[in-house]
Amino acid sequence: MMAPPIITLEGIRKTYNEGTPIAQEVLHGVSFTISEGEFTALIGPSGSGKSTLLNILGLLEPASSGSYHLNGQEVAQASEDQRTRARLSTLGFIFQFHHLLPAFTAVENVLMPGLMRDREYTPARRAEALALLEAVGLAHAASKKSTALSGGMQQRVAIARSLILTPKIVLADEPTGNLDTQTADDIFALLRRFNKERGTAFLIVTHDPRLAERCDRKIRLVDGVIAEDLHGSVP
Amino acid sequence: MMKFERTLALRFLREGRMQTALIVGGTSIGVSLIIFITGVLTGVQADLISRTLGTQPHIVVRPPDEVNHPQFQEGYSPVVFATAQARAQRLRSIDQWQYLADELAALPEVVALTPTVSGPGFVLRGEVDKSITVVGIDPQPYSRVTKLDEKIVTGSLTLNPDDAIIGVELAKDLGVSVGDKIHLQTARSAGNAFKVRGVYDQGNREANRRFVYVNLRTGQAILDLAGGASSLDIAVKDIFAAATITAALRQHTDQKVESWEETNRELFTALSNQTIMTRIVRSFVAIIVAIGITSVLVVSVVQKQKEIGILRAIGASRGDILRVFLLQGAIIGIAGAVCGSMVGTGLMALGSRVLRAADGSALFQVHLSPGLYAGAMLVALVFGLLAATVPARRAASLDPARAIRV
Repeated sequence: MMAPPIITLEGIRKTYNEGTPIAQEVLHGVSFTISEGEFTALIGPSGSGKSTLLNILGLLEPASSGSYHLNGQEVAQASEDQRTRARLSTLGFIFQFHHLLPAFTAVENVLMPGLMRDREYTPARRAEALALLEAVGLAHAASKKSTALSGGMQQRVAIARSLILTPKIVLADEPTGNLDTQTADDIFALLRRFNKERGTAFLIVTHDPRLAERCDRKIRLVDGVIAEDLHGSVP
Repeated sequence: MMKFERTLALRFLREGRMQTALIVGGTSIGVSLIIFITGVLTGVQADLISRTLGTQPHIVVRPPDEVNHPQFQEGYSPVVFATAQARAQRLRSIDQWQYLADELAALPEVVALTPTVSGPGFVLRGEVDKSITVVGIDPQPYSRVTKLDEKIVTGSLTLNPDDAIIGVELAKDLGVSVGDKIHLQTARSAGNAFKVRGVYDQGNREANRRFVYVNLRTGQAILDLAGGASSLDIAVKDIFAAATITAALRQHTDQKVESWEETNRELFTALSNQTIMTRIVRSFVAIIVAIGITSVLVVSVVQKQKEIGILRAIGASRGDILRVFLLQGAIIGIAGAVCGSMVGTGLMALGSRVLRAADGSALFQVHLSPGLYAGAMLVALVFGLLAATVPARRAASLDPARAIRV
């Protein structure tokens, strides 16, 4: 039985500087579906439109045309407010450069989406944050300032943060991009583990063919169109 | 309430420690300056007013000036005189003053009212004669209007028919003290011997030389105004409402009504100008403080672009970000107001010790009104919020997709 879809894209186009002489279409009608629990790699050369596509999926920028169903809701033309709410309730984010808030400790960073939703620190949420930090192997660093952590540790905190509100899908933009091979492997293994244990779907943008091979599905984007959509991972 | 916004605002402020300290310091200096200027001005003005008005009623009702009334004959056009000699103003009583006094005393704004008679006279003792103003008063109500009882330095404010109260300067000039006899004389009466019952000091040398107080009836007798009152002296609740009350009274009566502002036009103009000048200075200080807060927050928004981008990407709304920065403005304003209030109070205490009036006494009493602090707090809060509006809106409108790539 097919798992229900979380993301359904149909004919997504994106044009920058629309209506001006320098208008440039970077996505030329992208369509695909990502189902619950899928572990997908989005690959492609630089300039192929990966980041733009990820921004559209993450509701950080709107598509020029096409339809986007997120968790059964059409969000392509959603208002700023609706998109913010959807980001908080359905999506998790992991960025390439860790992007923690430097003024906060590791556990506070993990708690931040919870604070946004609950408008307070609840004991249950705090327990969940500590459990996640433990799961990423950082229980000892919970009260350390995020700036005092190494790159790999920061990225693990970011993973914990992306999962705190148990999103249906986590969008990861080159999560291992600036980490050494060993650390990158550890981080990847961690994502894989959360995918298996919690059933969270992941869409991982990566340059690393080695990592892409280990995903369940590979979507290759070339010049703004999907050139390849392969299911099945290399064991 | 606003736990998310509060947490972020406080953390951002704490993170930019140096900037925060500087801008809170700047705001404090501004607020302390406002508190100091306002406090000193209020103190000095209150002191000046109480010194001046301590010896004067707030409103005086006198009989109208006598004017020439040309006679008209029926059938003739009104006569226009090329020149008309103004009439000499004799000492007169207010017509039917008892009725008017009763009516005025019943007004809610009036706290005290007293009839007086006053006119020119001489005081004689031995070879010395001095020109004075005889004032016939009823001691109790008169003291309620002008606080004469508080100015008695020796003797008491008791006025039997042949008692008199004189000023310290006159006492010195005549070489008399309480219990001694003086002779009072007016143009209309050969005069009597009076016993000095008390000596007053109104803080004004000229006044201390000029006014000799006698019993109202005695005054009426020696000024030839039997049963009359040459003026009704009134004290009102709010001295700054005196002008308005005066205007209202003018509608009510044909008598001449004058407020203390009119009697002391110079002083009043000086006070108003002083108030306007201070208001301008205070406004500029507040604007400078607001500009300071704005510029610090604008810099902070630029520095925090990436964090704002992350927050927006992981689910903070534009409103959340807007409130985080507005709150920072408000916190800076309030913190500045608290520190500034303390510094301003210290400055005022220092000022009241160091600044001296011409006679060597303190230039002003420190008037610490809770309203002043509440006002400073409110103004700082409002200006902090206003100052934060521009940076907060800028922060809220940042494009998260772009901000996280900075």
